[in-house]
Amino acid sequence: MKLLSRSYMWIVFALLYAPILVLVIFSFNDGGSLSSFTGISFRWYVELFHDSVALQSLKNSLFLALSSSAIATVIATFAALGLDRMRNRYVKGTIMGATNIPMMNPDIVTGVSMMLLFVALGGILGLSDLLGRWTMLIAHVTFTLPYVLLSVLPRFQQFDSTLREAAMDLGCTPTASFFKVELPAIIPGIVSGFVMGFTLSLDDFVISHFVSSPDFQTLPLYIYNQTAHNVKYSMYALCALIIVTILVLLLAVNFAGSIGRGKRRREVTK
Amino acid sequence: MKNNHSEAKSRTLIELRSISKSFDGEQILCNIDLDIHDKEFVTLLGPSGCGKTTTLRIIGGFETPDEGDVFFDGARINDVPPYRRALNTVFQKYALFPHLNVYDNVAFGLRVQKVKEDEIRERVREMLEMTGLRGFENRKSATLSGGQQQRVAIARALINKPRVLLLDEPLGALDLKLRKDMQNELKRIQSATGITFIYVTHDQEEALSMSDTVVVMADGKIQQIGTPTDIYNEPVNAFVADFIGESNILDGSMLADCKARFAGHTFDCVDGGFAKNEPVDIVIRPEDVDVVSVEKGMLAGTVSGVTFKGDYYEIIVDVGGFKWMIETSDFVAPDAKIGLYIEPDAIHVMKKSEYSGKFGDYSTFSDEMDYLSDPDAEVEEE
Repeated sequence: MKLLSRSYMWIVFALLYAPILVLVIFSFNDGGSLSSFTGISFRWYVELFHDSVALQSLKNSLFLALSSSAIATVIATFAALGLDRMRNRYVKGTIMGATNIPMMNPDIVTGVSMMLLFVALGGILGLSDLLGRWTMLIAHVTFTLPYVLLSVLPRFQQFDSTLREAAMDLGCTPTASFFKVELPAIIPGIVSGFVMGFTLSLDDFVISHFVSSPDFQTLPLYIYNQTAHNVKYSMYALCALIIVTILVLLLAVNFAGSIGRGKRRREVTK
Repeated sequence: MKNNHSEAKSRTLIELRSISKSFDGEQILCNIDLDIHDKEFVTLLGPSGCGKTTTLRIIGGFETPDEGDVFFDGARINDVPPYRRALNTVFQKYALFPHLNVYDNVAFGLRVQKVKEDEIRERVREMLEMTGLRGFENRKSATLSGGQQQRVAIARALINKPRVLLLDEPLGALDLKLRKDMQNELKRIQSATGITFIYVTHDQEEALSMSDTVVVMADGKIQQIGTPTDIYNEPVNAFVADFIGESNILDGSMLADCKARFAGHTFDCVDGGFAKNEPVDIVIRPEDVDVVSVEKGMLAGTVSGVTFKGDYYEIIVDVGGFKWMIETSDFVAPDAKIGLYIEPDAIHVMKKSEYSGKFGDYSTFSDEMDYLSDPDAEVEEE
């Protein structure tokens, strides 16, 4: 019984991580086959970094992930501030509900509806092809926003409002008290929200598929195009790199709380 | 208290004029008038919900009165925000900044004022010295005990050299021993700095032992303002008499000046100025009643309860159905018949008020509480 319960956990982990492990291992396979491992080599990594289209889509992905999560974080932080200060419970509930819809919505519906919106908008503006970098940015900000909000809002709600009064009592204007006292308490939520938005944007395929254009490809789109017909082995290397990146970010999120607090302390001390 | 009397003549620092305030249609403060003098230790005392904290928050600028004016040093400050008022607050749960250490918490106000770091270092050191917090500079507030957090909160407020320090039940969260120590410490700090303290508490003993002036509040109104001895010896109504210390409150009438009738007996007293046969409330403190033999007593009763309190006995005496609380140093056996003797100056006569009849005898000590606490029951006995 004990053996069973213990092995259960390992079976779950194996099912979760075996495919990833296989992919990482075979990204180092010299032979370029999934059936036999013929020796360790970095040739697929080398090939990947000579693939200018892959590098361009990496750049696109990073640009998109960074800028969309940055914009979403700023908007979400202000939104959370407003929602936290809002008195009317019904208005608040309605706004929260409306914010959560993109999260509940199947990605494919969000993707199609955004595409329709942008195409229609393009028609109105008289632009034949609106889709591309900026529509991607708008779409990514839209779907990451609720996640960032959900990460920031609880921090505001947990904040002890007498601290705000204490800061004002000690001579801070409301604005100064926000930056000196409230923000340090909120920062961990902002950081983890930003990182969450970043990872969501980085690996989004479905929505991106509908609102992008051939001249603005992100990594997921590129990988899909490369592997749809016949497998390109440098894609294994690319996936392995993405996995490592995500792993690092996840660890960063977990440490965000303590990092955020440490940083603020030094700034205020200065 | 001597101090208070001389100061009271000098200058008024804060004036509240006809302050009213409601929250969600519920009247919290009703026409409050209050003068607070420079260097005074004023305590707002009352049960929870009496409006004392709201009064403090109006002085601090965290609430604006619906009606009435607040004056600080002669200037109307109704619309002055908290950060422009020359006063600081020690909050109920300290409200220390969790992301800062003790040093930075205390230095907070000075940094906001852009004081030079050298001077800040000197003044923080001084402040930590005064509050006994040396060596705690780098501790985070979460790692401090309640008493230490309390000291940080006081240091953080006092370092700004406010004209007035507002303290909102600052000792409420501390245990008894620590509370006594902090009471002494606060009193010492107040006399050392000469800062006006406005102190909110529901603990009457704390109020009596620390204050120059006590403001007793109930139901959004000020019941009485006076020195601790005035409040204790000359309560204006049954509420104040009951809230401050222990008291026997009886229904009576004034036959003439210095002649009071209650408990079926006519007593000599020292109060006057009432109409002939005016109904009044009579207050007699438990320690002012002497236990004598039945023959010598003005009243006679049966001892129904004895509690040993260390340096005295607290006895409950049933006199014709009214339960008196009496503090005596001599042991009296339960069920004994005893006489009670009351000196004229131990009898305090109060006008009838809305609180008359709400506070009566010590029948809560009896099983027949419900029957006896009925005010009509006493009338029948007379």
